[in-house]
Amino acid sequence: MRLDELKPGTACVMSDITADGALGQRLMDLGFYPGAEIEIVRNAPLVDPVEVHLDGYHVSIRHTEARHIEVEF
Amino acid sequence: MGAKNLLVALAGQPNCGKSTVFNLLTGARQHVANYPGVTVEKKTGAFNIDDTRVELVDLPGTYSLTSYSLEERVARDFLLGDNPSVVVDVADGSNLKRNLYLTLQLMEMEVPTILNLNMMDVVERRGQKIDIDKLEEVLGIPVVPTKAKKGEGKEALKEAVKRLANRWPGDSFKIDYGKMEPFIAELEDLLRQDPVLTVQYPVRWFAIKLLENDIEAAELLRRTHPDAEKVLALNASCRERFQQDAGNAVERHIAFTRHGLCAKIARQTVTLPETRKRSLSDRADKYVCNRFLGPVILIAILMVLYQVAIVFGNWLALQAWPIWGAIENFAAEVLPAAGFVDDPLLRALGLWVVKSTTAILNYLPIFFLLFSLIAILEDSGYMPRMAFILDRLFRRFGLHGQSTLPMILGGVYVGGCAIPGVMATKAIPDERARLATIMIVPMMNCLAKVPLYLILIGAYFADVGGFAMFFIATVTLFMALPVAKLLSLTVLKKQPSAPFIMEMPPYHIPTMGGTVRRAGERIWLFLKKIVTVVAAVAVVVFVLINYPGLPESRQAHYAEMQSAAVKSFMKDVNKSGYKGEISQGDVLPMILFGESLKRAKQGVTDKEKSAAINAKFEADNPTYYAVVKRVGKDGKKLNRSLKKVIKVRKQVRREARAERFETSFLGTMGRALEPVTQWAGFNWRINIALLSAFAAKENSAATLGSIYGIDGEQTVQDSMKAGETGFTSLHALALMLFMALYPPCVPTSIMVRHQSNSTKWMLFSIGYQTLLGLFVASLVFTGGTVLGLTGFQTMWAFYGLCVAATLIMAMIPTPEEKEETTVATNITCKENCS
Repeated sequence: MRLDELKPGTACVMSDITADGALGQRLMDLGFYPGAEIEIVRNAPLVDPVEVHLDGYHVSIRHTEARHIEVEF
Repeated sequence: MGAKNLLVALAGQPNCGKSTVFNLLTGARQHVANYPGVTVEKKTGAFNIDDTRVELVDLPGTYSLTSYSLEERVARDFLLGDNPSVVVDVADGSNLKRNLYLTLQLMEMEVPTILNLNMMDVVERRGQKIDIDKLEEVLGIPVVPTKAKKGEGKEALKEAVKRLANRWPGDSFKIDYGKMEPFIAELEDLLRQDPVLTVQYPVRWFAIKLLENDIEAAELLRRTHPDAEKVLALNASCRERFQQDAGNAVERHIAFTRHGLCAKIARQTVTLPETRKRSLSDRADKYVCNRFLGPVILIAILMVLYQVAIVFGNWLALQAWPIWGAIENFAAEVLPAAGFVDDPLLRALGLWVVKSTTAILNYLPIFFLLFSLIAILEDSGYMPRMAFILDRLFRRFGLHGQSTLPMILGGVYVGGCAIPGVMATKAIPDERARLATIMIVPMMNCLAKVPLYLILIGAYFADVGGFAMFFIATVTLFMALPVAKLLSLTVLKKQPSAPFIMEMPPYHIPTMGGTVRRAGERIWLFLKKIVTVVAAVAVVVFVLINYPGLPESRQAHYAEMQSAAVKSFMKDVNKSGYKGEISQGDVLPMILFGESLKRAKQGVTDKEKSAAINAKFEADNPTYYAVVKRVGKDGKKLNRSLKKVIKVRKQVRREARAERFETSFLGTMGRALEPVTQWAGFNWRINIALLSAFAAKENSAATLGSIYGIDGEQTVQDSMKAGETGFTSLHALALMLFMALYPPCVPTSIMVRHQSNSTKWMLFSIGYQTLLGLFVASLVFTGGTVLGLTGFQTMWAFYGLCVAATLIMAMIPTPEEKEETTVATNITCKENCS
């Protein structure tokens, strides 16, 4: 499953990143790596960026970026 | 360590309290500049350890040390190029696992590192425990806990710097990359064959960076290594073989290994409390980022910002005006005395430069409030929330969630200033959106455009003033948004666009000291940059509007008017008791004496002080004083006569100035532009006013005033109406819209150059706005004329057009969206095919 398909309130574990280059590097640098626990906190008022709780802190990313993160429960 | 200088760098991830540690160590002794050639802020400070002066450089906050972002490149280049003796790595102790990611990379670069566990107060509050000794043992570097916010840990940190500067144990720490190790070794071997590179750079780090496909590392290799292509070929083969072996890309393997190690170290050293409490920030975000409440809170905060910075700031600026007025008066006293018609060059130029500078300094209170409020917003952690709420909306127009603040500062409604607006674009990580924002901020309604709006609305839209003001205040946004989209689809298309990944740090209560310090730093930077530029530009403009000057025949004409006035005054003198005492040569000094006295008493309300000033002037020259202050019968009589001379002098000066203006270089330009600007309804007089506004927008109203010969008895509105009988409200509308789209004034242009780091973009921003302004003004004027509409009708027709353009532009997908759709279809295809 991909991160952008989850509804706020769900928790999951990251399994893979399907992006390389700058996007992949940025995501990995911020702590997206296999085994990281992710909880979807909320969508922005206009739906788009989504706020997730990742390893003890909060990150907001756009859905187009979240699409590159594979997760499982 | 003896009496020498020591260079220490401060590194850390964003939101780890790095600035607090910096302030803790350096106190007030700091200096802000920019890294050479880039817009990243460079903060340096100094402190002493015993008799050693330590220079502390605050590196930009980065999560990692790759070469994908500017901040990371700057930090890395500094570590590689400047060879700091010690690097203090500030880490948020309450989130050690994530912060270690940077620590490991610093250690891989083989720089002498101290791990500073900051925010230990938060760690304690959350019930976490960190085994410092164990951490030191595992990492092999000194670990110093601090509570910088409470001022604790300064001495321990200094002590650690001192010890490490004396003896650095060398590279003892290696991350085990498992399956990748043979490839690292292979590449390392080849790199070691070059002795120069081996001395200059940590070889293992270099090998890993190459394997990571780091563009800058490859670039560095090409510059330093004699046989770079051979290394790169081996690197490519290593990357490929590893990918086949491990079934994973090298970059991913490296990052995952590092994260794995961070997690392992954190498990070994940190004891977390059993249950994780919902933090206060989490609970606050429930409301602040709420779907319905979020936007309401955002608007409320922006309203407060606007009220405080612009409304209160304006009031404050008004209170501060006497200071700048005093500077002007002082200059008027110090510079050579005025002439009857023409002033000496030194005086004219000096006063011009001083006035141009004080016009900008006038905004200082507004800027200070703005900068303070921004510092509060930044420190509190609200900025990322603002971007979070608005990103979707702005992204449709090629902007970024973080474009909000620059646009507010520029004056989304009415009354901002483009300079801090452009300055605030610094925070936007996405280069394309940042440039798009820089390009549209000058289109907002800055404070200096307002006088012209008011004049025009007062003269031509008096009966519908409220509507007209609403129109001009809001239409700019509907012009700016489609333009931003258009730019990002065309000229900015090739600019790199960064993904939107933003940390939402916990809320902090900003401290008074921190806020004032931040605002002070920025004000100082602003002053240094802008004031010097403004003064320089003022000189250029002075030449443009004063030269080539009046022909001799005209000068003679004015001299005649002067001597006639003086002669008639002397007739009155000879009839009075001052006969023989006052000569022709006394007339001008007497007038100047009167002006001087007036200036001296400006703002003086105290009767005693006023009397003292009078006494001083009387002692200086009793005769002049008697005439100026109407002492005695003769004094009264002569005063009346002198007033006539003063009136003639004023008239002569005004006429001569207007004439000089018309024949000046700028005036010639204004006339030359008439064939182009006629389609917008501008004649050469308006052209001159608009041209002079380039130095600073306030000039437009002032220039119109001097062109239409304001005497103080008439307002600019009335004299403009009287002077331009053919003008209709359509002319006024075209002029207002041109002003709205007017190219950035000189100080803003300088800021654009500075923030975009390129003269090309500055020229582009000036050029496209001029053309756009002319196009819109011509469209409105010619279109309105052809259709036979009134100014008011045209106004709303144009408004509809802009709103429609905004909606259409919002529909067009951005380049990213196009890309995403193709990626998505590819994936489905693959899935379907296999």
